[in-house]
Amino acid sequence: MLMANLIPVATSVGVNKMVPTISIPYPLGDPSTPLDEQYKLRYHRVGVALDALTADISEPTLFKTKI
Amino acid sequence: MKKAILYLNQFFGQVGGEDMADHTPEIREGLVGPAMELDKQLGDDIQVTHTIICGDNFMGSRQEEAIDMIKGFLKDKEVDFFFAGPAFRAGRYGAACGHAGRAAQKMFPEAVVITSMDEENPGVEMFRKDMFIFKGGASAAAMRNDLKAMAQFAQKLAKGEEITTAKDEGYFGRGKRKQFFLNPPVPATERVIDMLLKKLNGEPFETELPVPVTDLVPVAPPVAPEKLSEATIAIVTSGGIVPVGNPDRIQSASATKWGKYDVSGMDDLKAGEYQTIHAGFDPMAANADPDVIVPLDAMRQYEKEGKIKEMYKYFYSTVGTGTTQKEAARMGAEIAAELKEAGVDGVLLVAT
Repeated sequence: MLMANLIPVATSVGVNKMVPTISIPYPLGDPSTPLDEQYKLRYHRVGVALDALTADISEPTLFKTKI
Repeated sequence: MKKAILYLNQFFGQVGGEDMADHTPEIREGLVGPAMELDKQLGDDIQVTHTIICGDNFMGSRQEEAIDMIKGFLKDKEVDFFFAGPAFRAGRYGAACGHAGRAAQKMFPEAVVITSMDEENPGVEMFRKDMFIFKGGASAAAMRNDLKAMAQFAQKLAKGEEITTAKDEGYFGRGKRKQFFLNPPVPATERVIDMLLKKLNGEPFETELPVPVTDLVPVAPPVAPEKLSEATIAIVTSGGIVPVGNPDRIQSASATKWGKYDVSGMDDLKAGEYQTIHAGFDPMAANADPDVIVPLDAMRQYEKEGKIKEMYKYFYSTVGTGTTQKEAARMGAEIAAELKEAGVDGVLLVAT
């Protein structure tokens, strides 16, 4: 299960499960936002990734995030 | 005279280094940085009129916005040739050159799009079908040669000279088949028998119909949803997070080493105790809060809530910039073997 910002690169090399992150230097928390907001985003996206581990997929899939 | 535009990242566009990687796309009249050498190499038939400069992270994180802006820059320009890079082995830059080139091609279907990358650059596989990607060097030391190859090919096209095979011209095959006659002619029956004999004798031969090899990993069986609460989940990152001081001396680029670090009893990764040693991005945010790359705090919360049983006590780390596919595959296999041995049920790979 890959958490990455460059989803087109991940897709091109055939990664099966992908959750997008928000940037290259800070995948899971934008330093220009308050700490609690960073944590909220990180908590949400890690949760999506954990759920994605249980998904039964047959082809490369990008999992949707809300925050 | 034909007109050309060159796309560069913030570094080669002389705006700045990693700290300027969020640089908003801009277009400048005339020649910036490598545009001068390119223009010189292109001779009298083709002139570089403008240079586009865009931060690699801007293109990586806000791609749609970046492409829209670049399209805006191009709409009143004459574009016979669109050059990008060369991007060497820089993955973000390679992808950015590809995205910019593809956008230019869409706007100007008659234009020729040319870039250059090292064969390990992921941009090659992403965009080789869309444009001419010349086989370039691994680092900026190859700048002059790479620009020359791009320019010479453009000159050839501008003069209407015949193009032969991708291999002979020096670009990555675009997956297009082109028929041409051999000179002197050799019938197909003779060529195929010749190949067969070589094959039977165990000699090397060159097929005329290369089939691309794919190196795909099958989908891992899922963790049963009702079993997630009993699962041990590991975190593996290419973002270079290590204890301050980098005890395993993992390289900051072109890594061949990985490390594993025990986080038992910690609730999050503290600044000053952990840092990133990755040389491919601005480390400020990750050094201020390493959890933005190794989300230990969020994992601990999911343990408390019972969503997972636990985070595996070690996280694994290496650096994914300039790292060859071969080394990456080896390190991946080594780490996977350890995790399997330890009975880890699932892995989150965090990339930067």
